Amino acid sequence: MSKVRIIPTLLYKESTLVKGVSFDSWRRVGSLMQAIKVYNMREVDELVFLDIKATEEGRKPDFRLVDDFADECFMPLSVGGGIRDIEDVRLLLEVGADKVVVNTAAVENPGIVKQIANKFGSQCVVVSIDYKYKTGGEAKVVVQSGKKGTDIDPVEHARSAEKLGAGEIMLTSVDLDGTMKGYDIQMTRKVSDAVSIPVIASGGAGNYEHMEKAVKDGGASAIAAASIFHFTEQTPLEAKQYLRKKGISVRV
Amino acid sequence: MRVAIIDYGLCNVDSVFRAVEECGGNPIITYNEKDIKQATHIVLPGVGVYSNAMQNMHKHHLDEILKEQVIMRKIPFLGICLGMQLIASKGYEVGETKGLGWIEGEVVRFKSGKSRERVPHVGWNEVRHNGNAGLFEGIPDGKEFYFVHSYHFVPKDRSHIIATTPYCGGFASVVGRENIIGTQFHPEKSQKAGFRLLKNFIEKY
Repeated sequence: MSKVRIIPTLLYKESTLVKGVSFDSWRRVGSLMQAIKVYNMREVDELVFLDIKATEEGRKPDFRLVDDFADECFMPLSVGGGIRDIEDVRLLLEVGADKVVVNTAAVENPGIVKQIANKFGSQCVVVSIDYKYKTGGEAKVVVQSGKKGTDIDPVEHARSAEKLGAGEIMLTSVDLDGTMKGYDIQMTRKVSDAVSIPVIASGGAGNYEHMEKAVKDGGASAIAAASIFHFTEQTPLEAKQYLRKKGISVRV
Repeated sequence: MRVAIIDYGLCNVDSVFRAVEECGGNPIITYNEKDIKQATHIVLPGVGVYSNAMQNMHKHHLDEILKEQVIMRKIPFLGICLGMQLIASKGYEVGETKGLGWIEGEVVRFKSGKSRERVPHVGWNEVRHNGNAGLFEGIPDGKEFYFVHSYHFVPKDRSHIIATTPYCGGFASVVGRENIIGTQFHPEKSQKAGFRLLKNFIEKY
């Protein structure tokens, strides 16, 4: 039995930590480096760093910035934003990323998932899936930080990502992201039933009970959250203490 | 202590470097024979695919160089993750590949049992070492370390298993004999417990 991980998601623009609601209305949260130092001191399970503007602006990941962050992090680190090719991946791993997160690239050039898996192993490629509900109620994958729609079904996308060699799926409901209303349990369940790789639930956490539901009802192996940690007094450690009381195996 | 961290072009060498530094070692990232010969300790990290990694090892003659230091001269050796798996006789990731063969055994993919555990095994899990002195000094039995892998080492001789972890029926999370140690988890990413283990390796081996 593996322990459920609580993963703070750090979204950034330049070197500023930001957070939005449904991938919009971005606000500054503070210094990214400061946040990293605090999470390192608190020994969180894992961190995810996502550069929200790199792909949109056609930029490569900022390797030097990641290098600086990684030097402060003695914990597992997943890095995403702006990854286009296998060389980007190699450089990110070289500066201290343990895993890379691909989102837009996994849709526009699915072959990259296979390439990464074959060269660096499946365990190091996380496919991030952002999706939105259309007016008819159908969920469709979106890319480029939610700016560009597609016709792809998120469950199908997760399945094909697994076939290509993805090691984990990070599943984010754009509609719920930043709202603190709770995770999309239904979709989390559908995706975790469809694949046999770990699924990280993301988007919507507002309290510890939401996390419990994502694990128990959604089948998530890990919980990613941002607003709850940025804007409330709730912490990853307390979250784990809560989950443990509810019978979920965590590292405390 | 001069710790040579072997770079064969596939790794997260930076985090290992920083961790060794924090643990009081004097690290150097290298694949150069001269540097490796001067080291008091050798660390073989690893992220990547077995077959690919062995190809790179051969390309830089690292199999020969390391054999001389670790097997002949008995320099303390720590293999991490894929670096641990490479010391097996063979691995099955992307075809069958001959490993360094320092500890007899095979590296095979996890088979998810009835409990439907997910593969890769990603996250923190318990390392049961039964009070193994030396490497685990100051680390409670069952302490969690960070894992991220789909394949695991099955040693032929069970006496080479130093610690186990309960996943997919249980597997060898640390193997070793004499001056050779391999950890399937990443001590450099395992915070306090990981640092203690690295410190023990540097100071006690």
